[in-house]
Amino acid sequence: MAVEDKLKIELGKQGVFVTTVNEIYNWGRKNSVWPLQFGLACCAIEMIATTMARYDLARFGAEVFRPSPRQADLMIISGTITKKMAPQVVRLYNQMAEPRYVIAMGACAISGGPFKQGYNVLKGIDRYIPVDVHIPGCPPRPEALIHAFMTLQAKIDAQPLTGTERPRHLDAAAMSEFPVPTQGAHDLEPPANRLVWPLPAPVASGENCG
Amino acid sequence: MKSTEEILALIHAALPAANVELVLNPSPCAQHSLRVAPADAFAVASFLRESDELALDYCSNVTGVDWPDKEITEKVKVTQLVDGEEKIVEETIKRIEPGYLESVYHLYSIKRAHEAIAGPVVLRMRTINRTDQVQLPSLTFVWRAAEFQEREVFDLFGIVFTGHPDLRRILMWDEFEDHPMRRDYVDPDDYEYEPTPHDEVLKRAEQQSKPTGVTA
Repeated sequence: MAVEDKLKIELGKQGVFVTTVNEIYNWGRKNSVWPLQFGLACCAIEMIATTMARYDLARFGAEVFRPSPRQADLMIISGTITKKMAPQVVRLYNQMAEPRYVIAMGACAISGGPFKQGYNVLKGIDRYIPVDVHIPGCPPRPEALIHAFMTLQAKIDAQPLTGTERPRHLDAAAMSEFPVPTQGAHDLEPPANRLVWPLPAPVASGENCG
Repeated sequence: MKSTEEILALIHAALPAANVELVLNPSPCAQHSLRVAPADAFAVASFLRESDELALDYCSNVTGVDWPDKEITEKVKVTQLVDGEEKIVEETIKRIEPGYLESVYHLYSIKRAHEAIAGPVVLRMRTINRTDQVQLPSLTFVWRAAEFQEREVFDLFGIVFTGHPDLRRILMWDEFEDHPMRRDYVDPDDYEYEPTPHDEVLKRAEQQSKPTGVTA
């Protein structure tokens, strides 16, 4: 069992460092999240700014943007996902090793944004892959991305290593490969992965009570 | 910069057989254009580019226009035999004017750029219909810049440019079959959730949220 916080502090004052495997494991993971180096649209410019000296994402252990999905832990969906690009995004996600995380950055990545009613834009990447943190904004400021990053760190830190809440890489039965949509004659097929994007609740309306 | 009428006169003087006509734009901008028959397009385009007086060597934009089939209601006076008497009766006749597709080229001159430019010279071509006879000659060999933009027009409007060196879709994927910029394009019904649906989106959301197997 975890040691109580107060006791831990007291022991720390005496020069004794107490921790658990769970804590030290997550502490290591959350402080070396390597994002995948890829940008989709204008949000990518803000993402680049976040990594530069002024905002300095390196303070959070995430300065190493990997150009290969095999070496990356975090996918920052920075921008509009067109239907032409969506299969490639899902394929890149599949190629990342577990544990992997996704930040959907900006209005387009979370819902299609201003292009929602267009024929060529995917209405949110969470139709195909699970998203850990959504950031609203068009585009979000670098501070917002840093906040999302800290939210993700808190999420990693809180993950237990056993039980039903354990991360996917410790769960052999968890879904690890997500089907890549194919580009059909009129739309992506299927239009959404129902396992990650279940149908929303019916729209409330007076005429639709049957 | 010469007016569109002057350019038309120059074309007629150089190519008397070419079928080119003036399309007037009645709006305040008065941006008139030249409509050229597809068969004469290459000769006319080459002349516009090569002639010293015009030297329209820069094709800045190629786009398309979709003119769908139009239903026209007309009232026609017809003489008819009514009770053995000839009478003039008014009849309403509905006829369908077939639609067509247009490709539009915007041309400028870099060589004669010192002359005041009022706007682009607009060149248009029309297809025969919107379904099977949608071929127009490619002007990529006259203006190299037209290559990608003709591909775009092919992709979004479905105009087939004959003689184009590499006519493939450019924005949509290769397996895509529709032409999204056409007026009768129906986009895929993939709105599933809108936080505050209204109007058209509300209707679609209601349709989608109906349980399957129940038809209204």
